[in-house]
Amino acid sequence: MKHTIKELEDIASQIRRDIVRMVHGCQSGHPGASLGCTDFFTALYFEVMNHKTDFTMEGAGEDLFFLSNGHISPVWYSTLAHAGYFDKSELATFRKLDSRLQGHPTTHEHLPGVRIASGSLGQGLSVAIGAALAKKLNGDKSYVFVLMGDGELQEGQNWEAAMFAPFNKVDHLIATVDYNGQQIDGPTSKVLALDDLQAKFEAFGWHVINTDGNDMQAIVEGLHYAKTLTGKGKPILNLMSTQMGAGVDYMMGTHKWHGTAPNDEQLAAALAQLPETLGDY
Amino acid sequence: MKKYTYTEKKDTRSGFGAGLHEAGKRNENVVALCADLVGSLKMDAFIKDFPERFTQVGIAEANMIGIAAGMTIGGKIPFTGTFANFSTGRVYDQIRQSVAYSNKNVKICASHAGLTLGEDGATHQILEDIGLMKMLPGMVVINPCDYNQTKAATIAIAEYEGPVYLRFGRPVIPVFTDPDQKFEIGKAWMVNEGTDVTIIATGHMVWKAIEAGEKLAELGIDAEIINIHTIKPLDEEAILKSVKKTGCVVTCEEHNKFGGLGESVARLLTTELPTPQEFVATNDTFGESGTPDQLMSKYGLDAVNIVEAAQKVIGRKK
Repeated sequence: MKHTIKELEDIASQIRRDIVRMVHGCQSGHPGASLGCTDFFTALYFEVMNHKTDFTMEGAGEDLFFLSNGHISPVWYSTLAHAGYFDKSELATFRKLDSRLQGHPTTHEHLPGVRIASGSLGQGLSVAIGAALAKKLNGDKSYVFVLMGDGELQEGQNWEAAMFAPFNKVDHLIATVDYNGQQIDGPTSKVLALDDLQAKFEAFGWHVINTDGNDMQAIVEGLHYAKTLTGKGKPILNLMSTQMGAGVDYMMGTHKWHGTAPNDEQLAAALAQLPETLGDY
Repeated sequence: MKKYTYTEKKDTRSGFGAGLHEAGKRNENVVALCADLVGSLKMDAFIKDFPERFTQVGIAEANMIGIAAGMTIGGKIPFTGTFANFSTGRVYDQIRQSVAYSNKNVKICASHAGLTLGEDGATHQILEDIGLMKMLPGMVVINPCDYNQTKAATIAIAEYEGPVYLRFGRPVIPVFTDPDQKFEIGKAWMVNEGTDVTIIATGHMVWKAIEAGEKLAELGIDAEIINIHTIKPLDEEAILKSVKKTGCVVTCEEHNKFGGLGESVARLLTTELPTPQEFVATNDTFGESGTPDQLMSKYGLDAVNIVEAAQKVIGRKK
C-alpha cells in the first residue's frame, strides 16, 4: 500500500469538497456521479495505477485511464490536480471561458491527464480497447482502465466493444461500470432497465467482479484483485455499486443531483459534511 | 488540349490497397482495421504481410472508429476501411468526438463512394460524405481520381499527422496519372491549361472532365482543367489564379451539390472573386440501383453534362 485507507479517505474528502465547490462556482456541472465515483478515482490514482504526472499522450510503460462518462469531469479534474498533473488553483476555472477544464474532458485544450474527448456517451470502451491493442503491439504490459456510467450502457457501441474484447483476448483491460442505478430521467430501472449486468457481460465472455465503490478498503482491494485476473485471455469488468451523491446527505440516492448545482446554502451544508484535508483550491 | 491516354483501367480501391501495403512496408506503426469488407477494400496484401497489424472488427463501425482512435494513443497510425456510407454517416459522432475533436491520427478510408457503387442502390451510395467530413474542424478530405493517384495519396496520408478522410470507389476507370507521382496534400494538379473556362473536378469526374475538354476543344473552347484531389484544405491559390484568367468555372463531383467541392469553390469565389459558376453534381437526391455508367448518365455526371455546363457558364460571363 502506498497510502493507508485513512489517508485515501482524507484525499477523497478533499476531492468531494472540490467537486461541490467547482460545480457551485460555475453553477453547472454534474455533482451526483462525481461524488459517487470519488472513492474509485482516489483508489485508482493514489493506490492502484502506475502512472506518471509528467504527462505524455502515448503513456508508454504506464497504466492508462479513460473516462467514458465524461460528464463526471469534476471528480477527474480534482483527482488529476491532487495527483500532481496540474496546479489545483486551476480547478477554479472549471467550465469558464478559456479554461482547460471544459465541461466535458477534452484533449483540445491540452489538459495533462486527458487522452481523448468524452461526453457524447458510449465511446470510451472502444477507445480503451484500441489503447490496449496498441500497448500489446508495443510489447507494453501496462494496464488500461476505463470507467463507464451504467445508464451509458444503453448506447449500442458499448455492446459492439463488449463483443470485441473477449473474442480478441484484450486481457490487460479493466473496465468499471459505475452502477448507481440513476440517470437523468430517473432510475435506470424505470428508464431502460439494465437488469443482470453481470450475466450479460459474462455471456459476452468477460470476467466480472463486484465491488462496493463507496468503501475505500473494498474498492482498493477490488481493483488490486482485478489486476491479478488480467493476462488470462479475458477482459475484466468491475461492476461497482455506488451511491449517486455519496458523501453529501441531501444529494444521495436520487437522480435529482445528476446535473444540478448547489446554491450557497446547499454548498455550506455540503462542505460541513466534508472535512478539508489537503487545503481548498 | 493536352492529350491523355491510358493503357489499362483499374479501380481506385485497388490503388488504396496497394498504397496501404506500401505504407505498411515503410512504417511499422501503420495498422489497418476493417468492418467485414476486407475484399472490397483490397486489404489482402497488407493482411498477408502484416497479420499482427490488422484488426478485423466485424460489422461494428462505431467500435472500429473508437478502437482506431485509441490505437493512436500508442503511436499507431490506423487506417480504417469500409464503404463510404458506413465510414461517415453511420459513425459521424464517433468521428467527431473521438477522432476530429480529439485530433487523433486516424485515416478514415472509404470505398464505394457515390453512385458508381452501382447495383446495391441508394442505401449504400452515399452522396453526402464530402460535406459531412469537410465540416469537421481539422479534418483533411481527399478524393483521388485514379488508381495511381489513390495509391500515392494513401502513402502520403500515412506520413501526415492528423485525421484524414480518404474517399475512393469501386468501378474500373482509366489509369492516366503518373505512377511515380509525389502526392501533395492540398495541392491542385493542373491537368490542362486553357483560357475560356475553368473546369474543377475531383475523383471519378476528372477523367470525364478530360473527355469534356476534348469535346470542348472540337467546339473551339479552350478549357482549363484542374484536379482538386484535396477538397480540404482547398488549394485556393490555384483556383483563384485560374479563375482570374478564365472568368468562369464549372465544378464536377460525384456528390450532392449541397455540401460538396462545388460549394467549397463557391464559398471561396464569393468572398474573393465573384465568378459565374455551374455545378455538375447530383441535385439533392438519393441514387438508385443500376450500372455505374447508367447512373452517372441518369444523374447528369457525364462528359456531356460538363460540356453543357461549360457552354452555359461561358454565356454568363459579363
